[in-house]
Amino acid sequence: MTTKTVTIKNRAGIHARPAALIAQTANRFASEILIEREETRINAKSIMGIITMAASYNTQLTIRADGADEKEAVGAIEALFENKFEED
Amino acid sequence: MALKRFSVLDLLGLNLKEHDSLDLRCICGRRGLVRDITIPDLNRPGLALSGFYDSFAYQRVQLFGRGEVAYLNKIIAEGRTETIQQLFSYQLPCCIFTHSLEPPQAFIDMAEETGCPVLQTGLESSEFSSRLLRIMSNIFAPKISIHGVLVEVYGLGILILGDSGVGKSETALELIERGHRLVADDVVEISCVNGNVLIGQGANKIIGHHMEIRGLGIINITQLYGVGSIRERKEVQIVAKLEEWDANKVYDRLGTEALTMEILGVQVPKLEIPVKPGRNVPIILETAAMNERLKSMGYFSAKEFNQNVLKWIETDSARAPYYSVDDSY
Repeated sequence: MTTKTVTIKNRAGIHARPAALIAQTANRFASEILIEREETRINAKSIMGIITMAASYNTQLTIRADGADEKEAVGAIEALFENKFEED
Repeated sequence: MALKRFSVLDLLGLNLKEHDSLDLRCICGRRGLVRDITIPDLNRPGLALSGFYDSFAYQRVQLFGRGEVAYLNKIIAEGRTETIQQLFSYQLPCCIFTHSLEPPQAFIDMAEETGCPVLQTGLESSEFSSRLLRIMSNIFAPKISIHGVLVEVYGLGILILGDSGVGKSETALELIERGHRLVADDVVEISCVNGNVLIGQGANKIIGHHMEIRGLGIINITQLYGVGSIRERKEVQIVAKLEEWDANKVYDRLGTEALTMEILGVQVPKLEIPVKPGRNVPIILETAAMNERLKSMGYFSAKEFNQNVLKWIETDSARAPYYSVDDSY
């Protein structure tokens, strides 16, 4: 199990396009990847789930991955957050 | 998923209609509206007002009906307000007056002073209590959010589970196309009501009935198929787990053994449906729904079939001695 807490740095928050980016990235890995916001926990491979979180600017999320390629998976998703989803 | 805080303000802000409406308004103590309601129950403070505070359930919503108000008026008129002061010394979530009764001015002053919200409703005490308890038991029900799709097929709630990309949404889409209903796609929030009923609904009302279909993107089911194709909430009655066809796994061929899955302590019948190209999963789910309905009507296809086979074998072995092979007529 690899865990990492990230903060949303792009102004618009996680809307449809960032959500799609996260889901696409997550789908490249075999591990089970979850994103947590407070007590809600969703599957990072589902776009609708990520959008449903309605995570705004400065929200803290926790990425959890469990499986063979968990470290790479968390790293790849963290990189998206760091790059502000190529926005701003 | 643990419950977030539920304050008196949240209770006032609930969007409840017609027979669910609580018809509440705040008459004083507004700054106390942030107080949390922690126990889904209410208390009639008659005993407390008379001065008996042992085992006083101060964490509950305090309900004042005609009797309590008459008593309040009497003790205030007689100048005996100590018990009311003692009442407000507790951190009460709120006081609610039924029948649109007005609390005495002295009571309002004390509530304002201690910051205890006082609400009023036009409903009768008994009706209000039953509505409030029903609504709060729903709010305080244990909840869990599950990755899957909830559809209603022939009136039966089927929760489709499976790994990402196995075809949950596509299966649901075909079911909708065939006239069944979508409840929630992707994130299904399930709450356990009354300890034995699982109610599923979408996690977020704003997102509503959208689906993500690979190759199409996000589609709006309400707009595409009309309001007849959606439902807001539905009981979860069967779980259908879709999985990639595994040649080494033994799947149920008879349907006599009953698999179940536990969700929030409730056992739900479960089907394991192997998926491979050319297998029409929606038809299997439709049949599963009808079969489940037959079962609830007392007809169990697989068992009934086996009974018939057994009967037939019995009568055959009973006939056998009379019809042996070397019989020549």
